[in-house]
Amino acid sequence: MNARGLRVISAVVLCAIFAVGLFAGTVSPYPYAKQFRERPNAAPSSTHLLGTDSLGRDLFARLIYGTRVSLLLAPAAALVAALLAGILGGFAGLVGGWCEKSILAATDLSMALPLLFVLLALRALLPLDLSPVLSVISTFTLLGLLGWPSSLRVVLAATKGLRNSDFLLLARATGCSRWRMIVNHLLPNLRPVLFAQFWISIPVFVLAEATLSMLGLGVIEPLPSWGNLLRGLEDISAVSANPWRLAPLVLLILVVICFQMILPAKEETA
Amino acid sequence: MPSPLKSLTLTTLLALALPVRAQTGGELHFCLHGEPKTFNPILVDDEASEHVRYLTGGVLVRLNRQTQELEPSLATSWNVSRDRRTITFHLRKGIHFSDGTPFRSEDVAYTMRLLMDPETHSPTGDAFRSGEGTIQVQTPTPDVAAITFPAPIAGLERLFDQVAILSARSPKREMAVLGPFYVADYKAGSHVLLHKNPNYWRHDTQGRALPYVGSIRLDIQRNRDIELLRFRRGELQLINRLDAEQFERLQRENPAVTRNAGTGLDAEELWFNQTPTAPLSASKKAWFGMKQFRKAISMAINRGDLCRIVYAGFAKPAYGPVSPSNHFWFNAALEDPKYDPQGALRLLAQAGFRLENDILQDRAGNRVEFTVVTNSGNGAREKIATMIQQDLSEVGIKVNVVTLDFPSLIERITRTFDYDACVLGLVNTDLDPNGQMNVWLSSSENHQWNPSQKTPATAWEAEIDKLMREQASAPTEKERKAKFDRVQQIASEQQPFIYLINKDVLVAVSPSVVGAAPVVLEPWGFWNADTLRLGPAPELGVQK
Repeated sequence: MNARGLRVISAVVLCAIFAVGLFAGTVSPYPYAKQFRERPNAAPSSTHLLGTDSLGRDLFARLIYGTRVSLLLAPAAALVAALLAGILGGFAGLVGGWCEKSILAATDLSMALPLLFVLLALRALLPLDLSPVLSVISTFTLLGLLGWPSSLRVVLAATKGLRNSDFLLLARATGCSRWRMIVNHLLPNLRPVLFAQFWISIPVFVLAEATLSMLGLGVIEPLPSWGNLLRGLEDISAVSANPWRLAPLVLLILVVICFQMILPAKEETA
Repeated sequence: MPSPLKSLTLTTLLALALPVRAQTGGELHFCLHGEPKTFNPILVDDEASEHVRYLTGGVLVRLNRQTQELEPSLATSWNVSRDRRTITFHLRKGIHFSDGTPFRSEDVAYTMRLLMDPETHSPTGDAFRSGEGTIQVQTPTPDVAAITFPAPIAGLERLFDQVAILSARSPKREMAVLGPFYVADYKAGSHVLLHKNPNYWRHDTQGRALPYVGSIRLDIQRNRDIELLRFRRGELQLINRLDAEQFERLQRENPAVTRNAGTGLDAEELWFNQTPTAPLSASKKAWFGMKQFRKAISMAINRGDLCRIVYAGFAKPAYGPVSPSNHFWFNAALEDPKYDPQGALRLLAQAGFRLENDILQDRAGNRVEFTVVTNSGNGAREKIATMIQQDLSEVGIKVNVVTLDFPSLIERITRTFDYDACVLGLVNTDLDPNGQMNVWLSSSENHQWNPSQKTPATAWEAEIDKLMREQASAPTEKERKAKFDRVQQIASEQQPFIYLINKDVLVAVSPSVVGAAPVVLEPWGFWNADTLRLGPAPELGVQK
């Protein structure tokens, strides 16, 4: 099978997973928070397709709802990060001089700060009475707002390559404004780079949310996300006794692989 | 007056219980869950150092962890004066420290002066500070020591269970000990090696010197999963305080190694923030201050489910501040904490709340909704909070659960008071109610629901203050018990803390260890370390 075929299959798989997440309310047999207390840690059965967790909640229902949370908000966070990187990186690359230096200094500072501790501090500053939905949105917004520096360096390098290109020289010679140059000439040429950064960021943010949830900082209970579902894997021997708990991990791996597969190859982006 | 026969009887029983094939010598191997901060028994303030002190320190009287009674140790007998200020010990004769220096009453005097010296900053000494002034220690003979405190101290004799006697003349200072073992080697971050004290005073009924084992190796291991793995490999012979999930798994693999000592002293509890200066809405302050509201919440929580699901059945619903395992101080007349959501709704209706479309509202029409905080990384507490969330949704209350890292949580519950309700655990190592003084006095910083009050905010808190002070100076244990029973009764009626569960004390002991009898009191699995011994063909751990 060639690369294009794999890309199509990956896209179909991703679309299917997105669709299931989007229509979680219809697909799911139970509410995600419902505790079947007489059946904690139940094995998969016709009643509970993936069994239940330690509180007796249906794992299949939680996986579907968790998919919705993680897969809908990770692209949104990736979009925020890619846009910030595109605007700041494009501007710095085009203008150069002190502007480039200050944006690069801000980038270096952001990269030097340990992301986890920054998120931890910001999360602690948020009010306690956030609803689970708002907690999800705030978590991914924070990820988006803090996730741009690494993409910015890639965008900056690409912009610097374009800065002295003939078409930009021509635009400048004809009196094109700086804003128009960015919007009409630079951004269209940066699109493949931004597109790649966007796709790369999605699995990164899914994994970041998983890490935050493992630390109790991500999505608030009882709302499920892949992250807090993966917390069930903390105890390896418990997983060996209940292997169906691996389902969220399998799904996460599948999604990350699919995202990597649908990324355009280097020669195609060039 | 306690009788020396008690300890003799116990020794005899233990000796009879030992199988014939058990032998002396060998090395017992288990873990400390942190680095011991000190080997000076006077300065002990952490669990690891406390365990080393228990194994090495000789004390005048010892609290038998199984019977919960005081027994003679270095002192053969003692008397407490009627005013509870003076205690006179009659010391055992012919005893020597591990380095060979003789034990005399001047060692008791030296230890007590050091313990009470403000410059020493001894946490153990704090328990003896009952009033202004200095202590007087008289040593009329080498085997009599009389200690007089400036003010009466309740449960005075029990406090000496924590006082390891130091040698006044040994060049080895605090490393010369009177307990069953002495510290032979210590490597920071790795292990503490204890060797048998050749001068230990106890002998079994056949006249053999105790302890039976030749040495104890205490590995410093913070990771409980690795500890369990090493036990299963046979590298360790004992694990103290397993969590319920690990215990259940181990029980499935090999029930012979698991020991449930019974309901422990520690409790998990929920409380509402009643601090007047807290940045909460007026409606929340009104709900949290209402006795009926707190009682209704307590009734709506299914403690049986918490025990069964969160602790795999290895916990019991909590009645109040004292666990039923605290034989003397538990108030058996307290009401059973019943799960009764309908009763909770009736109580809420009496207090002016109403349930409309499955949503509980107060008199002013505000939806009853609050946030429960707990520390992140504690799976059991997170599960408790999530289960409370579902239980309270049955009575129309919306609960948000937020987990915070521990420093952030402590900041909120002790400084900013920016929280609604909190689920946390109360560690209780002391049987005596004086150990809970810092929680119950309204002026205390640990009076969590409304700390550091200048004057008691409510009549019932004023009554608790009075009772706690009175019990601390009551002349007899019976009178103290009556007053503390009333404190428990008030706590049950007012529910400032909604006690949820008392966890069982779960221990793993290799079949190679003979004589192990884990108990609910610290140090749980090795309280009788001097009479433990190893079988000749150790079948260590679970996996051979």
